Amino acid sequence: MVPLRIGFMPLVDAALPILARELGFGEDEGLDLTLVRDLSWATVNDRLLYGHSDAAHMLAPLAIATTLGLGRPATSISVPFVLGLNGNAITMRPGVAERVTTAGRPGDVAAIGAALRTVAAEARADGKPLRFGVVHRFSSHNYMLRYWLSGCGIDPDADVEIVTVAPPFAADALAEGEVDGICVGEPWNSVAVDRGVGVIVAVTSQIWLRGVEKVLAMRTSRMEDRAPTEKLLRALYRAGLAFVDPERLDTIAAILSRAEYLDGPARLIRGAISDQIIFAKGHGAVHVPDFMFQHREAANFPWTSQAAWLYAQMARAGHVTANAADYQVAQGVFRPDVYRAALRPLGVPLPGASSKLEGGIADPLAVGTTQGRLILGGDRFFDARSFDPDQLDRYLSIGAGK
Amino acid sequence: MRIAIVDESAARAAVIEEGLRDAGLSDVTIFVDRHGIAARLEEMSPDVVLINLANPHRDELEELFALSRAMARPVAMFVDQSDVAGIEAAIDAGVSAYVVDGLKKERIRPVVELAIRRFRAYSRLRTELAEARSALAERNTLDAAKLLLMKRRGIDEPAAYAALRKAAMDSGRRIVDVADAIVTADRLMGDL
Repeated sequence: MVPLRIGFMPLVDAALPILARELGFGEDEGLDLTLVRDLSWATVNDRLLYGHSDAAHMLAPLAIATTLGLGRPATSISVPFVLGLNGNAITMRPGVAERVTTAGRPGDVAAIGAALRTVAAEARADGKPLRFGVVHRFSSHNYMLRYWLSGCGIDPDADVEIVTVAPPFAADALAEGEVDGICVGEPWNSVAVDRGVGVIVAVTSQIWLRGVEKVLAMRTSRMEDRAPTEKLLRALYRAGLAFVDPERLDTIAAILSRAEYLDGPARLIRGAISDQIIFAKGHGAVHVPDFMFQHREAANFPWTSQAAWLYAQMARAGHVTANAADYQVAQGVFRPDVYRAALRPLGVPLPGASSKLEGGIADPLAVGTTQGRLILGGDRFFDARSFDPDQLDRYLSIGAGK
Repeated sequence: MRIAIVDESAARAAVIEEGLRDAGLSDVTIFVDRHGIAARLEEMSPDVVLINLANPHRDELEELFALSRAMARPVAMFVDQSDVAGIEAAIDAGVSAYVVDGLKKERIRPVVELAIRRFRAYSRLRTELAEARSALAERNTLDAAKLLLMKRRGIDEPAAYAALRKAAMDSGRRIVDVADAIVTADRLMGDL
């Protein structure tokens, strides 16, 4: 058995590494998996960088930022596998939520954004601008929230404040009025709803139907020891297959809720993994198709265009100054070649291309593969813009979105 | 040198503070509660910030350090990439350090090394305490089992102990496990 340590944060989208261990897929591949739980991304990242873990459940933009050396010396990180798409939500204080949406059910996020624009302007005029909590500066949560706000005519820097809040404390921050809204992963939105301190006003799949979320990150040097890496990817792929099996829902929710993993209520976790979302306390669950997307349509395939989109958002936020060399490096963090090599023996569909037009699919579309049949579902952004990774400058020049 | 200790364990923070004071570093402030921590840290403007790795607020504090205009910006001490052994020792011990730029390495190193030693000492204390507690619990179980045997079988204490020891030897278990089984059975059966 080859020992492998995987770092993670207590979030529902850490499911695949946890299940790879608990359902025996790692063992089947000859891997002895140990899960290392931490409560901050900084610590998950430190353990990965200094060899305390071999791989980690990681924010995709943080993997790119670490490779580019933002805020610390550059260390090359690679992403050979995406752990899931979407699964986050934007939850607001009930007082704010009732002014922008009908509590309890999903609405049109463009209309909600338009209403929010008025509320944000009033709050700003009162000298108390709306404040939103995201889990990390380099998080898809931050970039997805900023994308939505600016697409609705709200300047994410001038019109509102965006601060960092650790996921397990997001509900507390809402309750204590420290923030007016949070963009966080599950089960923490549902926890806020359950306590009556927050109302879910939007889920991130409404902003981008196939938004890249957590990834499997490895030091590039560690990943290049290919045999264990490929075994791990196969175990994770099988865990994804189990994750979407409705027969296993209760088992999976029970495993994830355990103290050593999420340490949260199985009832709320079960809701998230079955796309059954309670938007406001006292309301019934609403089925949100594709709320979390962990397996179908080669969801785990690391498209370099996903990394490109994230880099574009980092540039829009002023976190990087866009340049061709860094853009190449950022896209190179995602490693579709490693994914293909690892999963070929399983006979699963493998996309032929490594990059695609993001947000360009309205209706299910059959795409070219090197193996198997693959149909990708709609992947639209709420504002119907698309992102062509070959046209970064053009995207950024129009892309202010304001 | 102004030092901030951010730790949700007040006991551990005190152990570290004591060590720093013994080493002549007396300008130390402890932050246990997260409320208002940003404003208080900015007011204090520390040269060194020590945070336990398991602290759930590291990301928020890193963001504060990166953006604050009110204080000199502390950066992760791990940026001294050359000191691999030091980094590993810190991670093993469970401490992370942030240091404002420009502070000399020679001045920082002893502080961080001291923090690492104190973190380790604290973990050791905790382990010893847990062991002591479990020894005490075992002693209580043994006494309870002996009392039960004495009452039920009308024997004295040495005989009760001998009976326990024999049962343990016969079944290849520890005496305390046999005692625990007796106490549990008594709870379940009551006066039957």
